[in-house]
Amino acid sequence: MEESLAGLWHGLQIATQPANLLWCFVGVMVGNFVGVLPGLGVLSAVSILLPLTFGMKPVAAILMLAGIFYGAQYGGAICSILLNLPCHPPHAVTCLDGYPMTRQGRGGVALGITIIAACIGAAFGIIEMTFFAPIVARVAVDFGPSEICALMLLGLLAGATLARGSALKGIAMTLFGQILGLAGVDQNVGVPRFTFGIIDLYDGVELVALALGVFGIAEFLKSVNNVVSLQLKGMRLTVADMRPNRAELKEAAWPMVRGTLIGTLCALVPGTGPTIASFIAYATEKKLSKTPEKFGTGMIAGVASPEASTHSSVQGDFIPTMSIGIPGDSAMALLLGALLIQGIQPGPLLIHDHPDIFWGLIASFWIGNLMLVILNVPLIGLWVRLLAIPYRFLFPSALFFVCIGVYSARNSMFDVGETLVLGLFGFLLLRLRFHVAPILLGFVLGPRMEENFRNAMVLSHGDLAIFVQRPITLAFVLLSLLLILGQLFAAWRVRQRRHA
Amino acid sequence: MLRRSDTWAGLLCLAIGLLTLWEANRYSIGTLGHMGPGFYPAVLGTLLAIVGALIVLTGGPAVDVDPLHAVPEGAEWRGRLCIIGGIVLFILLAENLGLIAATFACVFVAAMGDRKATIPASLALACAITVFGALLFRGLLGVNLPLWP
Repeated sequence: MEESLAGLWHGLQIATQPANLLWCFVGVMVGNFVGVLPGLGVLSAVSILLPLTFGMKPVAAILMLAGIFYGAQYGGAICSILLNLPCHPPHAVTCLDGYPMTRQGRGGVALGITIIAACIGAAFGIIEMTFFAPIVARVAVDFGPSEICALMLLGLLAGATLARGSALKGIAMTLFGQILGLAGVDQNVGVPRFTFGIIDLYDGVELVALALGVFGIAEFLKSVNNVVSLQLKGMRLTVADMRPNRAELKEAAWPMVRGTLIGTLCALVPGTGPTIASFIAYATEKKLSKTPEKFGTGMIAGVASPEASTHSSVQGDFIPTMSIGIPGDSAMALLLGALLIQGIQPGPLLIHDHPDIFWGLIASFWIGNLMLVILNVPLIGLWVRLLAIPYRFLFPSALFFVCIGVYSARNSMFDVGETLVLGLFGFLLLRLRFHVAPILLGFVLGPRMEENFRNAMVLSHGDLAIFVQRPITLAFVLLSLLLILGQLFAAWRVRQRRHA
Repeated sequence: MLRRSDTWAGLLCLAIGLLTLWEANRYSIGTLGHMGPGFYPAVLGTLLAIVGALIVLTGGPAVDVDPLHAVPEGAEWRGRLCIIGGIVLFILLAENLGLIAATFACVFVAAMGDRKATIPASLALACAITVFGALLFRGLLGVNLPLWP
């Protein structure tokens, strides 16, 4: 407790250094920007800016990249509520009641409620991280290779199966990501593997090239001529429109509390990011409501609760990444990759070894969210006007940033070609209805999973029983089995219903 | 309930899995206690091949209703070819003719991929991004590429 408060104080001093304040601002600004724009995702924004961070100090780099991630959540809500476009998966449910409110002329109020919900949700998420992450780290510090390996297995399975779409295809993508991670010199033996004689591949597949390939180029190939241009006739919003009245606030209060609670809980379960949290929050409100039939017609609760849960789980999502070193979803995997490139290994020792990064990041969450509120309340009119930027101007510009970004990472034109190849392959995967996000999770976790598996096997002299003999390992293995059984059960239920 | 796209998806996974397994066999496999560099890749390849086979057999559960990720079937090859062309031009031009020419060509060609694109609008966008890119990457960030030939 005291440790956390002292750490936070230390972090505030780091985060308020002018350079860090500036990068935090750049991050949340870019995040908010891509959040508003239909057709650009958080993952592509983080990947485009990733190469720029290589020359930066680690603290500044992580503050900025994290800022993009939570900043985009503010922008994403605007897109959902005003345009009924689920540009960002966590805000897809917000469309259901947010857009009807817009059609009733209460879009401003919906946005106002969103911002209040965001503040409350984010605040609790950050508090959770402040006090909970050190505890998690203290537990995780005793983890041996078998525990880490089992936990990674759980994280990968959860990331692959709890997300959207087919569980099997999700698992296939995490495996594929791990296979991509094999390329390069094997760290344990020193033998180059899966390089096919190409010298440029000895360092492995570039994280930036993979991220920009599958989240950048593949997305552009998919979206070109497919993004509807929008008519924003007479859509003007001022701050006064956003102020909810007393009755509306009262209506939103409990849903926000419940949403926050759901979000903070979801943050602790590996693999359940903000998207799942917001869906659970919406379903819960509908179930608890006295008038469930009115959901979908502009209920304030249907906006307040999912938004609060998204923001709290976005902040809480950082806990497993920063305190165990195991990211819960692909956005976090990218952030973890950014830290690894900086030569910093996130894990239980991060808080102790790099307090500047850990506490600086948490302090920057407070500052960044404050900036976002300031950016969003008075400047709402500006963001609304940004919605009108057509995609045909966006994607060529973004394409240039992809090319130059990948090139500047290692001054290598080979990497640009690699990005193109991975992008084409990513597009093929999208066409075959794969979700590409788990690839990144597998890619980042794969090499460390192999290393830990190998170490565990060396320790046990090749006896797989180590995975059931140690209690914590066994718990993770059982949870993984439970996940698989749950999926089988769900698939069986679907089949039964189809026959019925 | 065998959906065509899932069959191809499963076959693709099966193929990648088998290729991985084949490549892994070129390295020493070792034993559980003393794994060679080929061990883990062989495990991954086997698992992916199994998962791929399962995808083909089960045809994937229920229909995927996700408006965000549903790729429309009508092929938009002009847009796609322009995007690919833009990147290829960047790769070919950047080191030989410099950042300005490469940026301009990349953005202009990509912009022409949109159905509503006009030559003047694409030229204007390409000019704007070229100026912005040259200032940002050459001026501020010092990317290691020449501006001119």
